[in-house]
Amino acid sequence: MAPPTRVKTLKINNRDVGARQDETILEAAADVGITIPTLCQLDGLSNGGACRLCLVEVKGSSRLYPACVTRVEEGMEVLTNTERLTNYRRMILELLFAERNHICAVCVSNGHCELQTLAQDLGMTHVHFPYRHPHMVVDASHERFVIDHNRCVLCTRCVRVCDEVEGAHTWDVMGRGMDARVITDLSQPWGTSDTCTSCGKCVHVCPTGALFEKGKSVAEMLKKRQFLPYLKLMREERS
Amino acid sequence: MSHGCLFFWGNRIHRRIRPDAEQNSDTLKCQERTMSVPAGKKLKLPLPSDDRRWRLVGATMRRHGYRPSALIETLHTVQESFGYVDNDALRFVANGLHVPLSRAYGVATFYHFFSFKPPGKHTCAICLGTACYIKGGPDNLKALEEAFDVQAGETTADGQLSLLTARCLGACGLAPAAVFDGEMVGRLDRMEIQQRVERLLNDDARRT
Amino acid sequence: MTPEELDEIATIERETTHQFQHRVSVCVGTGCHSAHSEEVKTALEKEVSRQGLENWCQVKGVGCRGLCASGPMVEVDTAARLYQGVTPEDAVEIVETLDTGSVPRLECPTDLPFFTRQTKIVLEHAGRIDPERIEDYIVMGGYTALLKTLTEMTPAEVIEQITTSGLRGRGGGGYPTGLKWRTVAIAAGTQKYIICNGDEGDPGAFMDRSILESDPHRILEGMAIAAYAVGADEGYVYVRAEYPLAIKRLRAAIIQAERNGLLGKNIFGTPFSFHVEIRLGAGAFVCGEETALIASIEGRRGTPRPRPPYPAEFGLWGCPTLINNVETIANIVPIVRNGGAWFAEIGTENSKGTKVFALTGRVNHTGLIEVPMGITLREIVFDIGGGIPDGRKFKAVQTGGPSGGCIPEEYLDMTVDYASLAQVGSIMGSGGMIIMDETSNMVDVARYFMEFCMTESCGKCIPCRVGTVQMHELLCRIAAGQATPHDLELLEELCDLVKQTSLCGLGQSSPNPVLSTLRYFRNEYMDQLAAKPGE
Repeated sequence: MAPPTRVKTLKINNRDVGARQDETILEAAADVGITIPTLCQLDGLSNGGACRLCLVEVKGSSRLYPACVTRVEEGMEVLTNTERLTNYRRMILELLFAERNHICAVCVSNGHCELQTLAQDLGMTHVHFPYRHPHMVVDASHERFVIDHNRCVLCTRCVRVCDEVEGAHTWDVMGRGMDARVITDLSQPWGTSDTCTSCGKCVHVCPTGALFEKGKSVAEMLKKRQFLPYLKLMREERS
Repeated sequence: MSHGCLFFWGNRIHRRIRPDAEQNSDTLKCQERTMSVPAGKKLKLPLPSDDRRWRLVGATMRRHGYRPSALIETLHTVQESFGYVDNDALRFVANGLHVPLSRAYGVATFYHFFSFKPPGKHTCAICLGTACYIKGGPDNLKALEEAFDVQAGETTADGQLSLLTARCLGACGLAPAAVFDGEMVGRLDRMEIQQRVERLLNDDARRT
Repeated sequence: MTPEELDEIATIERETTHQFQHRVSVCVGTGCHSAHSEEVKTALEKEVSRQGLENWCQVKGVGCRGLCASGPMVEVDTAARLYQGVTPEDAVEIVETLDTGSVPRLECPTDLPFFTRQTKIVLEHAGRIDPERIEDYIVMGGYTALLKTLTEMTPAEVIEQITTSGLRGRGGGGYPTGLKWRTVAIAAGTQKYIICNGDEGDPGAFMDRSILESDPHRILEGMAIAAYAVGADEGYVYVRAEYPLAIKRLRAAIIQAERNGLLGKNIFGTPFSFHVEIRLGAGAFVCGEETALIASIEGRRGTPRPRPPYPAEFGLWGCPTLINNVETIANIVPIVRNGGAWFAEIGTENSKGTKVFALTGRVNHTGLIEVPMGITLREIVFDIGGGIPDGRKFKAVQTGGPSGGCIPEEYLDMTVDYASLAQVGSIMGSGGMIIMDETSNMVDVARYFMEFCMTESCGKCIPCRVGTVQMHELLCRIAAGQATPHDLELLEELCDLVKQTSLCGLGQSSPNPVLSTLRYFRNEYMDQLAAKPGE
């Protein structure tokens, strides 16, 4: 018999919400139909609290908390959509757009891109920061897939899915700060990797058009993500 | 290394570091400690070449029980023994410690102590910590860049001198400081730092 | 090792030292070491030997006395005579004048405020003992605090003393140490760890380096006491790779302690066992942050994790872990020995004890100082520090490194403690204190620290990774006179964003130098701004 789950009651945006004690604020909010913007978070993968888009305000604290990793507590009062938070989210997106070269018009994910959708939802119409225009490469050495570093936002979903779900750990991150890049094996062309199993999971979890399938043209790369919660469920059932 | 093996190691390693999942710390410690070397089996690692320095690297791995957490310590031995880290070394270390290649590469490039370029015959590392910065460190750097036609972080064309910068050497009372082939000297000015580097380079010429 | 054996070592050492008529101590800390103090020591030993005086005069290497700019420092007979700037050639004269007098041209006045105004607790042994001999440490009462802890106190009683002392984390955070210990002690789990954070990454700070080089056993004993208090049996000392001398001395100290049964299994015949290992940093400032440090020891990239959960509950390999800074640990032995109440008498209401500062920059006496909390800045800069050289004027003192701020002249009479420093827009930090005079450009100082944060950013979170780069560019433009008032607005907006939304302390505090210089030296920014096109 499984031990009884404790329930916590808290307020999210002044609504009373009941949640399991091990749920995160993000999960508890989703249960009642409140969406908090996320980018690096994906159901089925571990959470790192890296993109900072899901930050929420908690009454009684001057700090902001990442909803994807913060557990609910009894009596918590959470605000997810204040003007301050929206402002911060917009600025973070602007920083991202200015960091590398995101050109929607010629991108395979145009129209189905999480970064693009976030910008639209948060009302980002201008980028106030100077564009960096770094020189970034496109690696098309793999038989079936391509990585375009210009479109990468370093969400590390590809790293996590390859490590946690596929188990090959082909992807990882090299360098530090703005010089950081995702790499395969010893930072070699993807097509020469010894460890890649060509499963394509990384392509489908990538939120932008950085990872895509060969043969897809502008706006044609539709990502299929149903496999991830399915795999998670199947593995949980077995263990 | 077979894909199945990597799957095992990859999965194990990552499950341990998920902060939002339920973890039994005792089991984790047990796993981390015993996962690498099967009981009773002596690990024979083929060395990349006859170069004796590989044995030092192997010794570090062995001393730490071939645990994946020994990655940084082992890379230190590589850096110390060879003066730099390269893909062959990474392959050897990744293999020995059962660490995925990309993870080894990611770690080696994260930490600035590890260099991927062979060092010049002589190195001069100029400290640019706050105290040294305020007391003329950048001037000293410029003097050397001009005198020896080399940029910070690079090696001269003839491979004789590597010019590096350090974040802080901890000798702030003697600012501005620099390290010449492992020897730290403080209170340097433009003239002296140039003279010292010239001495380093000329000492060789005199000997040959 | 039994208590009797410990006593015997101390007695033998004392008797051996008593036989000597004179003792010449040569500083072998990194500062003096780089000025060739090892050669000075060798020259002195040779001279003593040449004159057949080996049984009459003892020559030993000791740790740092703090006045680094005047090294190599040589002390004769415990503060009777202090020499500065000694060269190997001076050895003959020094030995010849041991009985008769001194060498006037080498004399360094021992009544300098630099020496008299300090309160040495953490650094009480520096300059007194040979850091490479455990016997020297034992004769000063070393390991008796550990003995007392293991045989006369319960873990709860130890934590009680630390809590009463009011000791706060000396790494910069200022978190109450007793509270941290208690959290780890009551955390669930049978395997716990202690980590001593020696990743002193603040440029301009070298307190921890000095402690590790001059008194390594102090740290080992402190860690053992902490381990006993929280229920850990394994410890790691994480030291920057840029500190080779500290690493060498620590390694030797661990071996010596183990050989003498003061580390390892069943210490002093009690059920308590404690093993310590060294782990090397590799050039990443972010690894001074607790979760990044843990990642580093686990052999991974040093990227921080969101907290909660805190390392006290979920740390190294998922186990409750106590992480304390080197200087914090160095305070443990005297607190256990003299009691928490004794420590609480020193300092101010909210900041007890002393603080070790690395006084550097444009000041006459640069080096390491230890002062009681509550001392004024003026006393530190002008009395202990000897004022500004070259007849220049004091402009600001920078504390807290890249996470701190600049304090201008109007606050020279403020007391140094956690609260007051925070009030003026800076932080205590790890102890770096850099004095600036009128030749320093404050915009450039802010730019310098932002460049540091930018290159040390781990890259995990967006605000810090991209924000620091954007802020740095703006500061460069301002410094070059190419920025507009709009750019300054943008800079201030970014400061707020990065401060509020970054994942870890590095990002959160990276805007501090900018905010602090904007607060006190805004005119320097305004002077640099170009008019908007068309104006």
